[in-house]
Amino acid sequence: MSEQLELPAYARSLGIVLTGSAEGEMPVLTVDFGSMVEGRPQRFHGGATAGLLENAGYAALRTALIAAGRDPQLKPINITVQYLAAGKSRTSFAVGRITRLGRRNANVTVEAWQDDRDRPIATAVMNILIV
Amino acid sequence: MHAAMNTPPDRFDAREASKWFFRHGHTGWLGLRFVDQGDNWVELELPWREDLLGDASLPVLASGPIISLMDMASGMAIWQASGTFNPVATLDLRVDYQRPARERASVKGRVECYRRTRSAVFVRGIAYDDNPDDPVAHVAGVFMTIGADPRETNPALRSGGDE
Repeated sequence: MSEQLELPAYARSLGIVLTGSAEGEMPVLTVDFGSMVEGRPQRFHGGATAGLLENAGYAALRTALIAAGRDPQLKPINITVQYLAAGKSRTSFAVGRITRLGRRNANVTVEAWQDDRDRPIATAVMNILIV
Repeated sequence: MHAAMNTPPDRFDAREASKWFFRHGHTGWLGLRFVDQGDNWVELELPWREDLLGDASLPVLASGPIISLMDMASGMAIWQASGTFNPVATLDLRVDYQRPARERASVKGRVECYRRTRSAVFVRGIAYDDNPDDPVAHVAGVFMTIGADPRETNPALRSGGDE
């Protein structure tokens, strides 16, 4: 499923990786807790959580485009992140869902969680331009 | 016995705080730097770095680190506006990308805290590379104050500007 999927340099250097598992065909991404993602002591920095969400959003859209035989360039239009609970000092996961895939743009919803898949720590909505 | 109350705690100063904020953790890893500050705003800089690229084909910073920059500048603008280093939690942060950052350019983030209520704090700001009138992104955010109400522990703030 994800042979053609590559994460950008930013994701790799922050330690964000593909888990190899999927949810609704979309790849689940993960990042371990460590100094690189730490904000308040023993908590994820909001920016690091947003980085995980954003990368999961792009990975989902890329996966849907590959399945449709398309390989366009993607440009961010906007992202809104909702923080629901503090990210604790353990592994975080995220997966995106394509709410709408159009010819020129896509709307993607992303959820991040830690121990319990049913208790997200943050969500995001992204509008992405397809060129 | 309340001697400490006669000496108001040091006012939060973003310039001073930057000296230890950016030594470790996520913001240290990003290499954030302090640029400037005002009564209710803070400007920080995210240096350009090869390993923070968002797209293999373009030498342009990813949008993720820009969110980190703006989130940090937001928190510091809030502490700068309130004068106290009380923890805040990001509730909602929205970033509208206007254009990609220029190739090999560092990005600056200037955020102002324009409204504080007892529990919610509102910020807005821009990210730009060389001209603040031509921003890379606009940002709007809402934060919650967590922990104690600052007026309970710091009498100097009771007649202050909160609300």
